[in-house]
Amino acid sequence: MIQSVETHATLAEAQRAMGSDAIFMAGGTLVMRDVNAGVTATRIVRSSDPVLADIRLSGDGVTIGAGVTMATIAAHRDLAFLAPVARSVGGPQIRNMGTVGGNLFAPHPYGDFAVALLALGARVNVAGQSGAPRPLADVLRERGRVGIVASVHVPRPQAPGDFGFLKVSRIKPKGVSVLSVAAHLPRQGGRIRGARVAFGAMGPMPLQATAVERVLDGQALDASTIARAAQVAVEGLDPPTDALATAWYRREVAGVHLKRLLERMVRG
Amino acid sequence: MTMEFRKEFFADERDDNLNEIGKPTRRQDILGHVTGRSPYFDDHLFDGLLHIRCVRSPHHHARIRRIDIAEAQNMPGVVRVLVGRDVPRNLNTLLSLLDFGIDDEPLLAETKVAYKGEPVAAVIAETEAQARAAVARVRVDWDVRPHVLDVEEAIKPGAPVVCEVYPANKFIYHGKYDHQKLRYGDVEAAFARADHIVEGRYQMSPIEQAPIETCGAIAAPETNDRYVCYTSTQALFFSLGTAAKLLTMPSNRLHFIGGTVGGGFGGKVDSLHEPLAILGAMLTGRPCKFAWDREEEMQVGAPRGAERWYIKDGVMRDGRIVARKFTGYFDSGAYTRLSSYAIIKGVGHLPGPYTIPNVYADVYCVYTNRTPATAMRGFGITGVDFAIEAHMDKVADTVGMNPIDLRILNAYRDGDMKAHRREAKNTALIECCQVVAEKAGIGLQASSRAASSLRDGGGERARLPAHTAVDQKGTVTGIDTGGYARKGGASGRPAQPPSMPGYTMPAAASSTRPTAPSPARPAAAASSQSTAPPPPPADPANTGDRPRQGAMRFSSISGLRRR
Amino acid sequence: MAKTPIVFMLNGAERASFAEPGQNLLEFLRRGVGDLSPKYGCGQGTCGACTVTIDGETHLSCLTLAESVVGKRVQTAAGLAAGATLHPLQEAFMENFAAQCGYCTPGMLVSAKALLDRNPTPTREDVVEAISGNICRCTGYEPIIEAILAAAKGRARA
Repeated sequence: MIQSVETHATLAEAQRAMGSDAIFMAGGTLVMRDVNAGVTATRIVRSSDPVLADIRLSGDGVTIGAGVTMATIAAHRDLAFLAPVARSVGGPQIRNMGTVGGNLFAPHPYGDFAVALLALGARVNVAGQSGAPRPLADVLRERGRVGIVASVHVPRPQAPGDFGFLKVSRIKPKGVSVLSVAAHLPRQGGRIRGARVAFGAMGPMPLQATAVERVLDGQALDASTIARAAQVAVEGLDPPTDALATAWYRREVAGVHLKRLLERMVRG
Repeated sequence: MTMEFRKEFFADERDDNLNEIGKPTRRQDILGHVTGRSPYFDDHLFDGLLHIRCVRSPHHHARIRRIDIAEAQNMPGVVRVLVGRDVPRNLNTLLSLLDFGIDDEPLLAETKVAYKGEPVAAVIAETEAQARAAVARVRVDWDVRPHVLDVEEAIKPGAPVVCEVYPANKFIYHGKYDHQKLRYGDVEAAFARADHIVEGRYQMSPIEQAPIETCGAIAAPETNDRYVCYTSTQALFFSLGTAAKLLTMPSNRLHFIGGTVGGGFGGKVDSLHEPLAILGAMLTGRPCKFAWDREEEMQVGAPRGAERWYIKDGVMRDGRIVARKFTGYFDSGAYTRLSSYAIIKGVGHLPGPYTIPNVYADVYCVYTNRTPATAMRGFGITGVDFAIEAHMDKVADTVGMNPIDLRILNAYRDGDMKAHRREAKNTALIECCQVVAEKAGIGLQASSRAASSLRDGGGERARLPAHTAVDQKGTVTGIDTGGYARKGGASGRPAQPPSMPGYTMPAAASSTRPTAPSPARPAAAASSQSTAPPPPPADPANTGDRPRQGAMRFSSISGLRRR
Repeated sequence: MAKTPIVFMLNGAERASFAEPGQNLLEFLRRGVGDLSPKYGCGQGTCGACTVTIDGETHLSCLTLAESVVGKRVQTAAGLAAGATLHPLQEAFMENFAAQCGYCTPGMLVSAKALLDRNPTPTREDVVEAISGNICRCTGYEPIIEAILAAAKGRARA
């Protein structure tokens, strides 16, 4: 059970305060569940560092502080391409509380925002670490030992139609994902260059669908390309069975939902 | 929301001078709901409140070798850790209050657990967090046993014995049968004559009521050596009686306050929170809260029990159903609770709202290593109704009839004899079908459109069958179910109920049971909407000029009436 | 373990009490301060029965650290009425049968009020989204949606 709660003015101090007996808390929508159930470390570490709330636009994208909430993103006039994703996370109350940083560490089946960031090629700034920001895929693989995330740099799609996101849930408008899928398909001369497609709830963390990306690269986004992409949707993926859906079901429908997303992106 | 009244039906039976029926009215408690003042059990503040959390089995089925509470007892904030031997009387079955069934369920398991989540110890601590931490430190040495989770697997020879009171995993009815029987006419003879035989298998999983308010109770010492208990129960008097029995305490030392329930749907009728909360208050001298968290509500909370039904109909080519045979299995889970009664209620409902001259049912109350089941909306009825209506569609398909026409053809009418040997009154299935067809734009045969519940019933259809085939199948010997069940109800004098300390029965009922005249209401005293077993009903034979005497017997439970 | 003093505004009045380390705001409001209107339904942020507003935004008090409200303005369902005068939403809920067991009602009202405070003329879709974080097991939601729309239109009755 929790013995103490510490709030540090800077992320660097918070980082130094971490230890095996501590857990970092931002919005609390995931950590407090464990606190309530009595299954956490004994110290909660928080930070009031203003960098966590920063949103900084730059030439190629935006750097979003790890403490920025889903609601803030959904309402931000310069982040329209991320608004549909933010609006799909939880219900209104959760969106007022849940943060970008927290979503990166959300366990299965959560983490829909991280799925979109993965497809967009986001990079992560970790507190107290100098050097280039790290690719999100690397950070997701090492979630247990990353440290505290300070901010996420998100490249902006050149054309709004290059990016699409779809969340599949049994209950709408608010329901946990059976799976989610995000696609960033930049075009050059009508052909896809550098496709990135990511699935959520199809593995232990958000994962790229590399077979789909290989099928899409160099192609126009037309019916036959979409059909071939759907066919390889789950190649290389090992979806789980859980209370929401079986592995079999996820395998059956992943390609169907990918196809629907890509067709929607064609229609614009 | 607008309601449509179809007052043309049964118009001469209706009195439209009513002040409340048929008119919208404001709930008497809604002001409390919208101001946040409705007092649910947890909305009572006590200084020094202690919190109770249970240690629960992670296994479906296991023997308990040892429970080690030493470390837990010494943890911060822990006041006391309870185990089974701390419970004054650690064995009960809910319906013992109505003298139906054998005590089979401990409040805290001592020798074995039979379902995942069954409690074996209770930690009482200053805060909920401290109680949780201490629960994690109770060490139980389990001897995990094979388990069974399917009703038909559970009754096969060699299946794991779930509840040792019933070694064949079946509740014993009336002291002699391992199932509840309904026999009316001769289905086998009718099958031989039928043009079609239609068979079906229907089942449903357990269904969790999932109210937003979880179950719980807060108990505290009160004046005059009493205990006050605020509880979420839907069945205040049942809960009070159960607590009095388990704690061997006269019921007049218990002051139960309830009535504000944050959703029950039947899931709060067999509550076992109060005895533990009161026991905590007794042993610590302080107010104690015992409430489930959401995970317990979903896993440990009793669901509507799973059911499986096999239905076999004998049908003539014109669509008349001349015989219906049921084999039903109720999944009671690890203990009896209310499932034994659910079957009595369900069997009284068969074969559905249809006049079928030959009806046969064998319905089993089966024990499995699942969470013990309880009531939920239309307790005992809804599952078999789904099976019956799905089967009617199958019959319609077989004979090539519109499913609504089929239902109207076979519907009971006023005056018809029903399979439980009561005359049908105030039937209205036909009119419901006609209005549904009209609303859905489904065309019906002329005869269906012209049919009426008030016509064509009775006469031949009012007669009991000339011959009813009976059998002794499923007879069980050597089991003493005690109490009323032992006597089977056929002889004059009802048996004495098992004695409950602190509770003395009124003088025994008259030794001559009144013969029931043709009753004016259905046999099952509970309406099909009831989510809880009703209190002992007024004797239908008690028509006012004959005063009630002595103990009320819930004679409808066993369905035995002298004719 | 040291308790933390919490001084904050609750329904317009300054309140003070002590929170255990790691105690959530729901438990703190109910047992520490004595406001019993927000309810426990899950402790996991799924049901919404614990909904309160913090500085005007809806939050799930079961997932909020009690000490995070120091110096902030918290509103609960108990603060909706002005003395004996009910809020139009409360009147509308009563007129439109928008509560049965009543357990989800405080959370629903807080979510509804937050909607009307920022959007006085919501569409039906706006209402559905605004209450999408509040589960009701009794009413089937229609009466609640109608009640909120009615209150928005300035009438108690839909």
